Amino acid sequence: MKKMADMLLRQKAFSEIVMGNTALVRAMVEAGTRVVSSYPGSPTPEIATAIASIPTAQRPFYFEFSTNEKVATELAYGAALNGHLSTVFFKSVGLNVAADTFVQLSLMNIIGGLVIVLGDDPGANSSQNEQDNRHYALLSYTPVLEPADPGEVYRFYLEAARLSQRLHMPVILRLTTHVCHAKQKVAFGAWQPQSPDDTPRFDSANGPYIPLTSLALEQKRTALDRLEQVRRHAEKSDLNQSVDNGNAKRGVITMGLPFLSLMETIGNVAAKPDILKLAYVHPLPRKTIIDFLSRHQTVKIIEELDDVLENQIKSIAFDEKIPVTIIGKTLTDDWIGEYTPDKVRQVLARSWPDMIPPDKVPAAPDPAPSRVAQLCPGCGHRSAFFAIKQALAATDITVADIGCHTLGFQPPYNMGQLLMCMGASTAMGSGLRLFNTSRNVVAFMGDSTFFHAALPGVINAIFNRHPITLILMENGTTAMTGHQDHAATGHNFNAATDKIPVRQVLEGLGVNHIFEVDTYQQAKLIERVKEALAIDEFSVVIARHPCMLKFTREQRKKPGYRRRQVTIDQDVCERIHTCVETFACPTFTRDAKGNITINTDLCIGDGSCIQTCPSEAIAPANQKKSGGAA
Amino acid sequence: MKPFNIYLTGVGGQGIGLISETILRAVDHGGHRVKSVDTHGLAQRGGIVVSQIRMGDAVFSPLIPDGQADLVASLERHEALRAAGTMLKRKGVLIYYNTVWQPLSVRLNERSEVSQTDIHSLCKNRGIKVISVFRDHLTDIRMQNMVVLAEICKRGLIPGIQQEHYEKAMADLMAGTMLEKNMAVFSAN
Repeated sequence: MKKMADMLLRQKAFSEIVMGNTALVRAMVEAGTRVVSSYPGSPTPEIATAIASIPTAQRPFYFEFSTNEKVATELAYGAALNGHLSTVFFKSVGLNVAADTFVQLSLMNIIGGLVIVLGDDPGANSSQNEQDNRHYALLSYTPVLEPADPGEVYRFYLEAARLSQRLHMPVILRLTTHVCHAKQKVAFGAWQPQSPDDTPRFDSANGPYIPLTSLALEQKRTALDRLEQVRRHAEKSDLNQSVDNGNAKRGVITMGLPFLSLMETIGNVAAKPDILKLAYVHPLPRKTIIDFLSRHQTVKIIEELDDVLENQIKSIAFDEKIPVTIIGKTLTDDWIGEYTPDKVRQVLARSWPDMIPPDKVPAAPDPAPSRVAQLCPGCGHRSAFFAIKQALAATDITVADIGCHTLGFQPPYNMGQLLMCMGASTAMGSGLRLFNTSRNVVAFMGDSTFFHAALPGVINAIFNRHPITLILMENGTTAMTGHQDHAATGHNFNAATDKIPVRQVLEGLGVNHIFEVDTYQQAKLIERVKEALAIDEFSVVIARHPCMLKFTREQRKKPGYRRRQVTIDQDVCERIHTCVETFACPTFTRDAKGNITINTDLCIGDGSCIQTCPSEAIAPANQKKSGGAA
Repeated sequence: MKPFNIYLTGVGGQGIGLISETILRAVDHGGHRVKSVDTHGLAQRGGIVVSQIRMGDAVFSPLIPDGQADLVASLERHEALRAAGTMLKRKGVLIYYNTVWQPLSVRLNERSEVSQTDIHSLCKNRGIKVISVFRDHLTDIRMQNMVVLAEICKRGLIPGIQQEHYEKAMADLMAGTMLEKNMAVFSAN
């Protein structure tokens, strides 16, 4: 068996099939990165999975999951001021959380170097939007390198690290979902472990590090000067790639994964356009672009999401008076969604129908019933939503937050009528309660999110006396992103640590009404929620049950593990269908006649469904010994 | 070689990741250039999981264009129909494990469960070859993927990739009892 850690720490050069996220970790090792921090979020958690494969004692750098992206950024910045090459990574919308700190970074003299790895999510595969984080680069004067595949992830990180170390400035490595998750064989270089100089080199003389009054303006000037140095470097960089097809009429400027989609699209075209594929997407290599524009009659810009390249390139052409026709985005549709090969074909066909004939037949319709993500079999959140719904009036307002429990917004629960971002539910709920005495407001919150960004909203509800009910859906982990630890679990990424129990935090803040109940105790949960709603003060119900996906995985690994199931007594069942339609565990399967059976592939025998059956037809099945873990 | 596109699909929890990584490495052991990409995110919570594998020299994107898959392998019946209908080429091959994990709309009685007949009639219209597999008495449902892989290997559904390549790939990825058990399912007839 090939061990990931052996590969990541191999000293000789080698080639291996890896995911983009894994290639990044090898690049960190080779670059001599000393400090790495993150908060989990798709598409980036596999970066931490690769890091975790290396035992802590052998890991050439320090890694932590911080409480949120802002904290992670501040930690990496602090480490870099001591001279350590540092890296922080998180998902697209994580940059919103980190922004207050992030936008200041380019003003600082970061002596160790700091690379910010962003996992942007065009197509909003696993995010609440598909925001284009290149805008943040422009507003903060931060350079951006963007790879298209795992090989480039590796090479571009090395470049970003060197640049950041040399110019003492932050550099963004912008990945997108299908660059993070793409796999291919990558040729890695050799690695010679160095004994690092851990002298804390922080010196305020390297600054200023206090951006106040006139100093802030001087620091901005320095940031702009450094950006200009990066531009000159980018103009000479061989990472920007040119594909010369000898076409003086038509050229395409593109970047990142859309470049590969473009290559795919023009595969069979006779008169292929010339292509300039940018690695440096901020600041733009101006001379390189002037040269390309000057050599073509028409240039099409193919960029995913917003028109960031387009505006700058048009401005260059205008200033330089280059007689070229530039075609950017032509429809609203061009701004939306991932630039897959299918999408790029459509975009190109609209501009150059003689080159790419428009699709005559629309894409084939999906012949199967749609499948949406579900709470897992045995999930404590299902029991919670099933019960809480019974405690609420139809007019009450339920506010969702980010996490597995977000899925409660779907039928048949419909728990959670609005959603914004991490930790927003309590304060949105507080606003919904103003001038509102007729409709209760219930806000949901996960335990990892509680520590991440919810505390200011909770404190505000106490401080300003907002009489809403917060239901803390405590499952003891960061489930949605792959079961990372958080401040209440008693473990951090590296070792055991002190627990910070949610209840103690709430008590310390002065919450007078805290109820706790295991969500499998549905009748009790209904009562507790009703009690909480009756109080005209801020109240909290801790609705607790461990994540059953995590629990079941751990159980399977134990010796003597017995697989559990429930069964339905068909003679007792009255076809009321509460189990399948209202409780709606995916285990319940309906046949054409309306008979309900158990999907034995899915059932974990948790039994949380037993109490929901009005006919008492569900019971634990006879336990049989299973083959154990695969 | 000419591009050959493999589209793997199923439901979160069925083991798409392992069969995908095995095929990816088997193709590499077979000496072909190969790329792949998985969908992650919400998928692991009972949603659709897809992995795309593309072999050949003229392949750029890891994503297969719509309707351009040469082979679809599905671990579930609804996902078999979906992928055959949207991703498979005319005259392509569909192999699926004949088990059902009903989507919500079926459980809520809004849509009918996909039947084997639904799959066969769609495929007949498009000249798609259909292979349905199932094995009784598997000790662990997470090894249904190995039953599909065994059939892909036995029928030579991926050009140029032989049993030794699959076995080498499995040895890259697993060890101990996990390797033994999966290998036993893979090698059984």
